[in-house]
Amino acid sequence: MIPIRHISGTAVPVRGNDIDTDRIVPARFLKEVTFDRMGEYPFLDERFDAEGRPKSHPFNDRKYAGASILLVNANFGCGSSREHAPQALYRSGIRAIVGESFAAIFAGNSLAIGLPVVAIGPEDMERLMGMVEREPKIPLTLDIVEKRLGIQREVMQIDLPETARRALVDGHWDSTSLLAANMDKVRETASRLPYLSRFRTPATGS
Amino acid sequence: MSQGTLYDKVWDAHTVDILPTGQTQLFIGLHLVHEVTSPQAFAMMREQGLTIAFPELTFATVDHIVPTDLRTRPFLDEQAEGMMQALEGASQDFGIEFYGLNSDRQGIVHIIGPQLGLTQPAMTLACGDSHTSTHGAFGTLAFGIGTTQIRDVLATQSLALDKLKVRRINVHGQLSEGVYAKDVILTIIQRLGVGGGKGYAYEYGGSAIDSMSMDERMSICNMTIEGGALVGYVNPDATTFDYLRGRPFVPEGPAFDRAVTYWRSVASDANASYDDIVELSTSEIEPTVTWGINPGQAVGVSARLPRPEEVADPAAARRAYAHMGFEAGTPVLTIPIDVAFIGSCTNSRLSDLRAAARIAQGRKVHPRVRAIVVPGSFEVKRQAEHEGLDRVFEEAGFQWRAAGCSMCLGMNPDKLRGREVCASSSNRNFIGRQGSPGGRTILMSPAMVAAAAVSGHIADVREFL
Repeated sequence: MIPIRHISGTAVPVRGNDIDTDRIVPARFLKEVTFDRMGEYPFLDERFDAEGRPKSHPFNDRKYAGASILLVNANFGCGSSREHAPQALYRSGIRAIVGESFAAIFAGNSLAIGLPVVAIGPEDMERLMGMVEREPKIPLTLDIVEKRLGIQREVMQIDLPETARRALVDGHWDSTSLLAANMDKVRETASRLPYLSRFRTPATGS
Repeated sequence: MSQGTLYDKVWDAHTVDILPTGQTQLFIGLHLVHEVTSPQAFAMMREQGLTIAFPELTFATVDHIVPTDLRTRPFLDEQAEGMMQALEGASQDFGIEFYGLNSDRQGIVHIIGPQLGLTQPAMTLACGDSHTSTHGAFGTLAFGIGTTQIRDVLATQSLALDKLKVRRINVHGQLSEGVYAKDVILTIIQRLGVGGGKGYAYEYGGSAIDSMSMDERMSICNMTIEGGALVGYVNPDATTFDYLRGRPFVPEGPAFDRAVTYWRSVASDANASYDDIVELSTSEIEPTVTWGINPGQAVGVSARLPRPEEVADPAAARRAYAHMGFEAGTPVLTIPIDVAFIGSCTNSRLSDLRAAARIAQGRKVHPRVRAIVVPGSFEVKRQAEHEGLDRVFEEAGFQWRAAGCSMCLGMNPDKLRGREVCASSSNRNFIGRQGSPGGRTILMSPAMVAAAAVSGHIADVREFL
């Protein structure tokens, strides 16, 4: 897999805590059996009213066109486990998400598709969003290796789990190949679990 | 760091290896599949030429998209029919046991796992659904996963995971009449916040949890994810073993006794250490409802709607009121409803239907209210009909439906329309969740939904008992 070490581009801020995956991709779009069209759907019900007229939303705002870094507040991606949510953001051009915090399943799904989600503190985020809202075309540089976010002359420290940092930097974010390399050990583990033999032999305890 | 907890013991027993990334490769003992999050995973398997490692450990059913009234094939909704065919085809191609609409084992995936005895203590379990935490009620480590991770489980029967911290949540006391497990978990989420569980597994215990039935424990564990914790569980005990005995996938005779010995051995030690401990008393819990757009925005039924500055996140409260159209200071008991929904993986088990039927018995649904009851599985429906609960509901004016996720999420014909307000026994009050972008959801226990249905507004179930 391809290592993901540096991402640069302009940013788009979507404000608010606890933005759930139903808001990122409404459930009715989950009836498609492929992810192919997900890039059309991010925040759809927040961007358009029932008649299809655009509402005020950063994803509709032309000043953020072409942005590849999404800025969010706390507990982003809470709710449903739908991978459609990070898929929709990725397929619409987002290559990294910087937020105050992320829901666990969303963070795992994002890592699994090579979409880094990294955290900065609330004060830094408020400042960062303000800078981007004032000057949408300023470029951001995200350094996953050194855990730094650069904007203009400023450098902010970012936070991400060390396991995620290594997975991205070493190109191991698509975990299937790593897991599959261990199939002998997987079978060995299975052979130790008494429930897999339906307790036909006396249990050894844990 | 936690030590001696069920989480630690089950984690260690299933650890395959430490991966080069530092993540743990964890063996998954049971994999449950439904039609919505799996088709892309099966497609990836085919594209990448991968084979399924342990087909006998994966079970599939259909729940999210199935109509709960007219179930003849092909479905009227072509996309739903497509999903159905995708899972039927994949089950056949990959050799997976599948409980479709013609099976008496069909139902919401989190209802049928426990009901069949597939879900057992000391296991690891994964399913492409966030409410997989439900299965933790058995002392199972149950992970809600995404589609790429489904592919990992299909191909390797394992996941790459980071170990969580463990927070013990003690609930002391006994629930008074009219207060249910749903009220306990809504109160826990209200106290700890919808993001409060980030990085934690929740271990629920204390006298109130100890005396709960398995159905009640499942309701609690189900909504763990709404509090931001990926995993929630209850230590297995005699209640757990009694529930499991005799179920189709549970071992019998001496093997059952060996199983119980093993299951007991994984329960948290008396001197286990936790990363955090939270104490809660049942005396602080009354029938609880939500007023906003996340499950943590909850309040006791006898209260007034809080002012934004009274709650932890005033900005979120203002956004919630903007969507709900409610005014701070309004008494909860005066809020009118248009729809009543009893169902979902949180509250569609037999005991939930009994509690709601007790309120519906001899009463009539308010003329303005559209009310539906959706059993969680074919088997729950059969048992409820055997007891005559279907007649109680229908005589009161509720519609009695077939098993599925129904109005919990807008993926099947059961949806809110426009700005309707729904009293719902489900788990999420997110904007748009019930199928209408302007729809409004008020979460509560099934008995509270029944009380609201007959009153036409939010009502205190304790006045109906």
